[in-house]
Amino acid sequence: MSTTLNVNGKSLTVEVPEDTPLLWTLRDVLGMTGTKFGCGMALCGACTVHLDGAPTRSCITPLSAVAGKKITTIEAIGADPVGNAVQVAWLGLGVPQCGYCQSGQIMSATALLRDNPKPSDADIDAAMSGNICRCGTYPRIRAAIKQAASNQGDKK
Amino acid sequence: MMEIVKISRRAFLGTVAVSGLMLAVGVPRLRAAVDEGKKYGADAMPNGWVDSPLVFVAIGEDGTVTITCHRQEMGQGVRTSLPMVVADELEADWQRVRVQQATGDQARFGNQDTDGSRSMRHFFEPMRRCGASARTMLEQAAAARWGVPVAEVQALNHEVVHVPTQRKFGYGELAVVASQLPVPARETLRLKKPAQFRYIGKGQVKLVDGPDIVAGRAKYGIDTVLDGMLFAVVARPAVYGGKVVSYDAAAALKVPGVVQVVEIPGTPPPSEFQPLGGVAVVARNTWAAIKGREALKITWDDGPNATYDSMTYKAELEKSTRSPGKVVHDRGNVETGMAKAARRLEAEYYIPHMAQAPMEPLAATVRIVGDRCEVWTATQAPQVTRDRVAKRLGVPSEHVTVNVTLLGGGFGRRSKPDYVVEAALISQAMKGAPVKLTWTREDDVQHSYYHTVSVEHLEAGLDSEGKPLAWLHRSAAPAIASIFVPDPKHEQPGELGMGLVNVPFVIPNLRVENPEAAAHTRIGWYRSVSNIPHAFAIQSFVAELAAAAGRDPKDYLLELIGPARSIDPRTLGDNWNYTESPQRYPFDTGRLRQVIETAAREAGWGSKLPFGQGLGIAAHYSFVTYVATVVQVAMSEKGELTIPRIDIAVDCGPQVNPERIRSQFEGACVMGVGNALLSEITFKEGRVQQTNFNDYQVARINVAPRDIRVHLIPSDFGVPLGGVGEPGVPPIAPALCNAIFAATGKRIRSLPIADQLSS
Repeated sequence: MSTTLNVNGKSLTVEVPEDTPLLWTLRDVLGMTGTKFGCGMALCGACTVHLDGAPTRSCITPLSAVAGKKITTIEAIGADPVGNAVQVAWLGLGVPQCGYCQSGQIMSATALLRDNPKPSDADIDAAMSGNICRCGTYPRIRAAIKQAASNQGDKK
Repeated sequence: MMEIVKISRRAFLGTVAVSGLMLAVGVPRLRAAVDEGKKYGADAMPNGWVDSPLVFVAIGEDGTVTITCHRQEMGQGVRTSLPMVVADELEADWQRVRVQQATGDQARFGNQDTDGSRSMRHFFEPMRRCGASARTMLEQAAAARWGVPVAEVQALNHEVVHVPTQRKFGYGELAVVASQLPVPARETLRLKKPAQFRYIGKGQVKLVDGPDIVAGRAKYGIDTVLDGMLFAVVARPAVYGGKVVSYDAAAALKVPGVVQVVEIPGTPPPSEFQPLGGVAVVARNTWAAIKGREALKITWDDGPNATYDSMTYKAELEKSTRSPGKVVHDRGNVETGMAKAARRLEAEYYIPHMAQAPMEPLAATVRIVGDRCEVWTATQAPQVTRDRVAKRLGVPSEHVTVNVTLLGGGFGRRSKPDYVVEAALISQAMKGAPVKLTWTREDDVQHSYYHTVSVEHLEAGLDSEGKPLAWLHRSAAPAIASIFVPDPKHEQPGELGMGLVNVPFVIPNLRVENPEAAAHTRIGWYRSVSNIPHAFAIQSFVAELAAAAGRDPKDYLLELIGPARSIDPRTLGDNWNYTESPQRYPFDTGRLRQVIETAAREAGWGSKLPFGQGLGIAAHYSFVTYVATVVQVAMSEKGELTIPRIDIAVDCGPQVNPERIRSQFEGACVMGVGNALLSEITFKEGRVQQTNFNDYQVARINVAPRDIRVHLIPSDFGVPLGGVGEPGVPPIAPALCNAIFAATGKRIRSLPIADQLSS
């Protein structure tokens, strides 16, 4: 059956069953591979996208749940000022190692900073504990979130 | 971009025949190895090394320099660091350098097995010579065009300058002429002096893949997209050595999007890098394939490993370490020493199986056209992958192209290309159609090549002052060799040399034994490998002895190591030495002492901490690098543990990219903490009991150490390089458990720590 999605401001129609997770629709049907598969059970955060701005695990989100909602993926997060600040901080502090989880980390961090421009360490733990990084970049992720927060604060 | 410097395959092969490994006489360090008739380092690896600029460097007419990276990027930063070495000697402007990834072709590029913490260790010097050769050719080309002696010209930041007149040519203008010159003889090359380095040792160069990673553009193996591609998953036997008796695909074929169901033959143990076998579901997308797999009805024969049970096996290992085993190192007389001892201590340590669980699940895409096969995958071992795929398809290796993407983590799992062979067999069954095989996380957790499981039994006899007179270590762990040959049941030289026999303690009577341990699952390399259990046991036991002797654990450890001296590893029973020359890479206890003293000083060792906090120390030499760490723990009143800080001191010799070295050691601290606190794979009835990240737990940001301070010991480029990727992990678990002991008086001897602190 066909479903129309709003992905990064574009309207796209796909022909797959509506129980298909958004993750596999993005990756296998639309060829948008920036959103990563990591666990399939909302345990690792690699597949995080924004649904109407809220961080959402696309691997357990069926198409039936996203109709009429704005989907933002890593490919477009740089257009968001907070997302861009996160990307800049990530590069400046050399956060990525293998980089595979970083799409999801950046999506979670951007959502955190939009809600909470000055997160405490406890806030960071709460918002980021759902995102696994096997390379262990957590100390730099924490530092980059604080740096992005600080840079955003300076602009205001 | 037009490639001006371009080598035909035929010309390259001629080059190797004439001036390859056999004629490396201009390199004094290699000569020593040749004299002994035994090869070491990169020379000892399959296909050795290549340093020709015709293989690695291309310069376009616009001046763009393209450098080929032949080692795989899995987070260590090698796609930045190795090309940076070439660019430095080439005097290239990094802003005008592009990096291209090599396909699997060791005859052309030299060894490509990205493991053992040796990419920079083995290729720093060849890549320097490669860059220096290309720079020399550009200088010669400029001198010829000006008609001046080559001594009057100098390459400087992407230009060649005629020094007396200050005339200049850009690299792009010289590329055509330079490409027609012969590659200079190695002994004529002028390498830079370290003071002249632009990038090496500076840590100023940003990751080449960073901008793509943060924008979601970076391509991993699982991101491969081909026209008309099909998607597959495989149902594999739950027990190692199990096989399909029969299957019914009717319901699976009714799932919307499912195209085909095919059986994959397995290989009985030892199954090396071959598939486990099973049934593949091929579909229009991965989700449909997963749903199709759920609908398969398969009857399995579990085979002889169906009784493997981790609880029972642990008891078996404990039993086997309580009586004498194969002696692998012996000095003095342990029985006599024990008899003279004023007191005796013993302890047993346990480390379970673990799975590498890289964040990118295993995936491979294969297309077969006629007798040619093309592969896109994230692999640590592209030539091994190429050879296995070729053999299984019955075509020459030259007919298989392995395109290497970025790796979403490796940690040893991607050294074994079973998943790529599976994809090739599925594509073959689909008449060569492009097929992307994806492993789900459940597949990954349940069909890994697991970190070995081990029991380490230690006994010591102390004199009246608390110093050890005798030391007995029995280590029992299934061997990695069990995947290659009928199970040897004993640790092999590469495992014994990972911190079991090569322990530099000044103890007069010392014996190491290795009782039998049979493998019942696939055992494989996991970042740091056997150093993990050996360091955990030895560094914990040293702290236990110190406590028994009423001594400071750092002072006690230093006393056991004894004075600074250089030890031939062979005298410790280590004939492996990470394949490095024992002359060039002796065990230097002075360097080990220095990292211990540095970590202790930086961590404020000896200072008074608040109630419920503690510091623990551990040191370990692995991958020819010296590491010591001090872990700080804080226990809440409820028994909850946090790790406010880790100091880790590292002597890995000269530091080519210190910024990436720091990131590797930060990551090692986190992984070491995850191993110690959380990670465990267990078996029951031959089956892995964990399924995904809910029950196979790894470190998350909330349990990771809050503050990690990496202290790099200064070195100079006259010292041979040590490894970086792996040596940080082994000392973390024992330092953490020593810190817990300092904070609480509770001694942890079995990992993971899990809920042991709340009981």
